[in-house]
Amino acid sequence: MKVKKTIATVIYHVFIAGLGLIMIYPVLWMISGSLKNNPEILSGSLSLIPPEWRWENFATGWRGFGHVTFTTYFKNSLIITIVATLGTVLSSAVIAYSLARCKYRGRKLIFMVMIGTMLLPGQVVMIPQYLIYNRIGWVGTILPLTVPHFFGAAFFIYLMMQFMAGIPRELDEAAIIDGCSKYSVFTRVVFPLLKPALISTIIIQFYWKWDDYMGPMLYLGKPEKYTVSIAVKLFADATSKTDYGPMFAMSTLSMIPVFLIFLFFNRYLVEGISTSGLKG
Amino acid sequence: MSRAKTDRIESGRSPWNRFIYNDNTVGYIFASPFIIGFLAFTIIPMLSSLYYSCTNFDLINEEKWIGFANYINLFKDERFLNSLKVTFQYVALSVPLKLAFALFIAFLLTRPSKMVSFYRSLYYLPSLIGGSVAVALVWKELFARNGLINTNLSKLGIDTVNWFGNMSTAKWPIIIMTAWQFGSSMLIFAAGLKEIPTSYYEAAEIDGANGWQKFWKITMPCLSPVILFNLIMQLISSFMVFTQAFVITGGGPNDATMYYALYLYKQGIQSRNMGYASAMSWVMLVVMGTVTAIVFKTSKQWVFNEADS
Repeated sequence: MKVKKTIATVIYHVFIAGLGLIMIYPVLWMISGSLKNNPEILSGSLSLIPPEWRWENFATGWRGFGHVTFTTYFKNSLIITIVATLGTVLSSAVIAYSLARCKYRGRKLIFMVMIGTMLLPGQVVMIPQYLIYNRIGWVGTILPLTVPHFFGAAFFIYLMMQFMAGIPRELDEAAIIDGCSKYSVFTRVVFPLLKPALISTIIIQFYWKWDDYMGPMLYLGKPEKYTVSIAVKLFADATSKTDYGPMFAMSTLSMIPVFLIFLFFNRYLVEGISTSGLKG
Repeated sequence: MSRAKTDRIESGRSPWNRFIYNDNTVGYIFASPFIIGFLAFTIIPMLSSLYYSCTNFDLINEEKWIGFANYINLFKDERFLNSLKVTFQYVALSVPLKLAFALFIAFLLTRPSKMVSFYRSLYYLPSLIGGSVAVALVWKELFARNGLINTNLSKLGIDTVNWFGNMSTAKWPIIIMTAWQFGSSMLIFAAGLKEIPTSYYEAAEIDGANGWQKFWKITMPCLSPVILFNLIMQLISSFMVFTQAFVITGGGPNDATMYYALYLYKQGIQSRNMGYASAMSWVMLVVMGTVTAIVFKTSKQWVFNEADS
């Protein structure tokens, strides 16, 4: 009986770990490809260890396109991502407080509209928004990619509302008895206690925005304004033969911020995704 | 706090204070970012595009009112009808595949083990980076004519597939890539599985239920609200597939992967047929609304609600 159980456990772990390895193999292949040259990448070898470690791919790739290097692309991506993430976190927390903790006429309606926007796919409003941004002269700037984030995002409002449901209302009431207004209940009680949900929001929004391709492609006209995701795609657009080594080198670098988040904030990421889907 | 008490506190204050600390005022002040944003970035754009959808606006020339011509032309446009067809096909193949996989792995990972959180992270990783251009480029190389997959197929003596050269096969790399990113659905399933009381399973065991019966009679009904949530979210995001198709196939070959959002982009941004693209956006809104409504309606049949039992 004991032996049978041990064998089952071993099979289980081998199966899960093996399947997991297959899952992340394409990513590992990309990372190893960043240290190979074209013939080595195209040879079809499944080996992840480069025959020769060609670090020069990184230098070649970093040079970028025209006179614009990856220093510029990374700077642009960081600015857009940080501003958008800050906007999302602050505005979503404020709105979630309104919907979860305030009593007023019309709250139910606002909540339903908010859920409605969660079900509204972004591409439906792509053309309408483009027309508006074009009219007010925002096309070609980073404004369409950042400003809308300061007005809340349904997914995160919902996530924070779920989290607020777990903060005892007695705390609000105690603070009010101690002389807090509804405003200071938010700044002094609810917002500080919201920290785990805020961190979840920061990391999820950060990687969504970092990976975003469609937005920058629509609105950023000039190469000096391109983000990393646009720049990486340029390797494949080159009229001459694609240089895979530098392309994979820059692809790998483009993923580093996301990898770091994954390493350090894994717990919050998992919690954020899980709670947003529960009790829905 | 009771209303009487609030009133008592506020009665000694100035009218301004009475206004600003009023429950309604507080609520609307905190909700104001959403209200303003919703009006500015959703309602106004959508309504103005409703107007543009009845014009021939091209971003440069003054628009001319053309009535419902755009809508009528849409349903005569074979590329548009084809984009609807391939999008539905993509959704119908990728969403069930992704959810089944997510549920399977989430179920496997319910087993108590020290390694579970590590495995969960491992399987979540593709979801985390899958939306990036970098991964799409990797995919393009993996499935290329002389790419890694074909080279290794031929080494094994299996016929190679010209994935992106055939209209019938071009969709598969994209579908596989979508299913590959099952991580967030898996996490949501895993959280749902944890909520099912173990006493249900124990009771079933006493009654002599086997693993299969336990899965269909306990796990699935208890998980059905979570399945509905995942289904809706995945349906919406799958209908909007863009970046992956744009980078990997560009809509080809011969429009085999010209999905709705891709065609919308081509018409609106590339060809500047803004009136036509606005009409497309509205048709898309109606299609999505209908599909979501159908799913919600039919969900009453299969979503198990504890309040009813």
